[in-house]
Amino acid sequence: MSRTPGSSASLKVIYLLYIVAFLVFLFVPLVINGVLAFNDKDSPSLPWKGFTLDWFYSAHEERVGVFNDNIMMRAIGMSLRVALSVCVLSIVVGTLSSFLFVREKFWGKKFFHIAIIAPLVIPGIIIGISILVFFHGLIGVLRTLFGAQIARPFVKMLQPGFLPVVLGQFSFIGTVATLVISARLRKFPIELEEAAMDLGSTRWGAVLRVTVPYLLPSIIGAGVISFLLSFENFPITLFLIGHTPTIPIYLFSQLRFSLTPQINAISVVLMVGTSLLVLIGLGVMRLKKTK
Amino acid sequence: MNTTNRHLRNEKPLERGIQTKYINWFKVVCFIPLICWVFFLIIFPQFQLFVISFIKNRSPGEGIFFGNYVRFFSESLYWRVFLRTALYSIGTTAMALGVCFPTAYFLAKVAKGYSKLTLLLLIILPFWISELVRTYSWMIMLRETGVLNWILLKIGILKNPIEMLYNDYAIFVGLVYASMLFMLMPVYGVLEGLDDSLIEAAKDLGANRWTILWEVIWPHSIPGVTSGCIIVFMLTIGNYLTVTLLGGKNSLYFTETIYNQFNVAWNWNQGAAFGFLLLALSSIIVLLGLKLSNQKLTEVIR
Repeated sequence: MSRTPGSSASLKVIYLLYIVAFLVFLFVPLVINGVLAFNDKDSPSLPWKGFTLDWFYSAHEERVGVFNDNIMMRAIGMSLRVALSVCVLSIVVGTLSSFLFVREKFWGKKFFHIAIIAPLVIPGIIIGISILVFFHGLIGVLRTLFGAQIARPFVKMLQPGFLPVVLGQFSFIGTVATLVISARLRKFPIELEEAAMDLGSTRWGAVLRVTVPYLLPSIIGAGVISFLLSFENFPITLFLIGHTPTIPIYLFSQLRFSLTPQINAISVVLMVGTSLLVLIGLGVMRLKKTK
Repeated sequence: MNTTNRHLRNEKPLERGIQTKYINWFKVVCFIPLICWVFFLIIFPQFQLFVISFIKNRSPGEGIFFGNYVRFFSESLYWRVFLRTALYSIGTTAMALGVCFPTAYFLAKVAKGYSKLTLLLLIILPFWISELVRTYSWMIMLRETGVLNWILLKIGILKNPIEMLYNDYAIFVGLVYASMLFMLMPVYGVLEGLDDSLIEAAKDLGANRWTILWEVIWPHSIPGVTSGCIIVFMLTIGNYLTVTLLGGKNSLYFTETIYNQFNVAWNWNQGAAFGFLLLALSSIIVLLGLKLSNQKLTEVIR
C-alpha cells in the first residue's frame, strides 16, 4: 500500500535519490562554508591544510579572528541592538494590534488590515527607499517649522542610522508579529476574561492576568521570529543605515573586496546562533500545542 | 464573597458605565501605535515616494514632471533590465516550484514519524540563516579558486579552473537557493492537508499515477502553490544581495538600477520612479496570480 503516486521500484529509487540531491543542494554549501572556517589557510578554499581556530580568536595582524576584530564586533553589537529594539517594538505593537483586529469593531478596520498586510508584498528595497525619502522630507518640514536650532535633535534621530533602521524593519516585521499573535488570540475563550471581570478585575487587569499569560507562547514565538528577521535583514537596512553598519551590511561591503576565512568564521557564529534561537522558538511553539 | 460582588455589580448600572469607559481607553491605547505604524511607516512613505517620482531632480516647485518615467521608456537599457528582472523572477519562481514540489510531497505523504520531523527541522533551519551567509557559501563554491572547481580539477573533468561566478547561471542558482524554502513550506502545508483516502480512492478507481498527480494532488495544492509563487516572486524581484554578490558589478538587475540612482547618481526622483515601476510590476503579477487562482491576499498570507 504505497502512498506515492508511483509504485514501481525504480521510480521509488529515483524519487529517493532526488530527495537526497535536494538535501545535498541545500546543505553542502553551508557545511563547506562552516568547515572552511577551521581550515589553516589564508583563503576560504580547499585543500584541507589542518585545523585552526585562528579565524575566531587570533589577534595576529594577518589573521584577525572574529572575536578580536573591533569593527566586526561593533557591527554585531549594532545588529543586536537593532534586533532587540525591533523585537520589543513588534511584540508590544503586535499584541495591541491583535486585540484591535480580533476583538474590536472600528471604522476602517478592513483598510487598516490591508495596510498592515501590504509590507509583506512590497519588496524590501521599496520599503527602504520610501522610508528614506519620507524621513528626509520630514526633516525638511521640521526645519522650516521650528528652525534648524530647535529641530536639530529630531533631525539627528530621523537621519539614516539606528532609529530609521529600527522603524523601517518594524514596518514589515510588525506585521509578522501581529499575524502570529492574533492567530492565538482568536482561539482564546473570551469567557475567561469576562469571568475575571465579573470577579472584580478591571479590563486591564483581566487582560494582563488572564489573556497575556495565555498568549505568552505566541508572544515569545513572535519575539524570536522578529529578532531573527531583524538580525538578517538586508534590503531595508541598506538604505537606512548610517555610519555604524549592522553585520549583514558590513559583511556585504567586505565581500565586494575580498573573501577571507574570517567571513567563514562569522558565518559559523551566525549559523550556530540562529539555529539555537530557532530551536528555542520551535520548543516554545511546541509548548503552545501541548498546552 | 464572589456572589455578593456579582450581585452588587448587577444592581448598579453605574458600574457597568465605568467599565465601558475602561474599554474605550483600552481601544484608544491599542489604536495609537497602529495609527502611527500604518500612516508614518507605510502609507505616507509610499505616497511621498509616488509624489517625488513626479518631480524633476534638484528642481522642486516646477510642477508635475513626467521625465523620470519618460526616461525609463526612452532609454532602452532601463526597460530591458526591467524586463530581464521580471523574466528572471518568473523563471526563478517556476524553477523553485519544480524543485520544491517533489520534496514537499515527500515530506507530507511519504516520510513518516521521526524521520519526517527530523527532515522538517533540517529543512527549516537554513531558512532562517542569514541570506548573506547563504550567498557567501555559494561564492566560495563557485568562484575560480572555489570548492567546485577544486573538485572538478581533482577528478579530472576540468583541465583549467573556470570562473563560475559573475554570470547569469550563478545568479539563477543563487536566487532559487535563496527563495526555495518559501515555496516548500506553503506547498507542504496544503499537501499535508490532503486526505490520503482521496489518493487511495483514485487508485482503486483505476487511475494511474500521473492521473492522480494531475487530477487529485495538483488541484488540491493550488492554494499553497499560489502562496509560494507569490512570496518567491516578490522576494526574487526585490532581491539585491544575492544578485549583486553572485552577478558581479554589472548584473543588470532592476534593484541595482534603483540602488545606483539613490546612492551613486544621487537622483532620488529618478530612483523613486524606478521604485514605483518595480512596485507596480510586482503588484500586478501578484494580483494576477491571486485572480488566476481565485484567492484573496488575506488567505494567502496566513
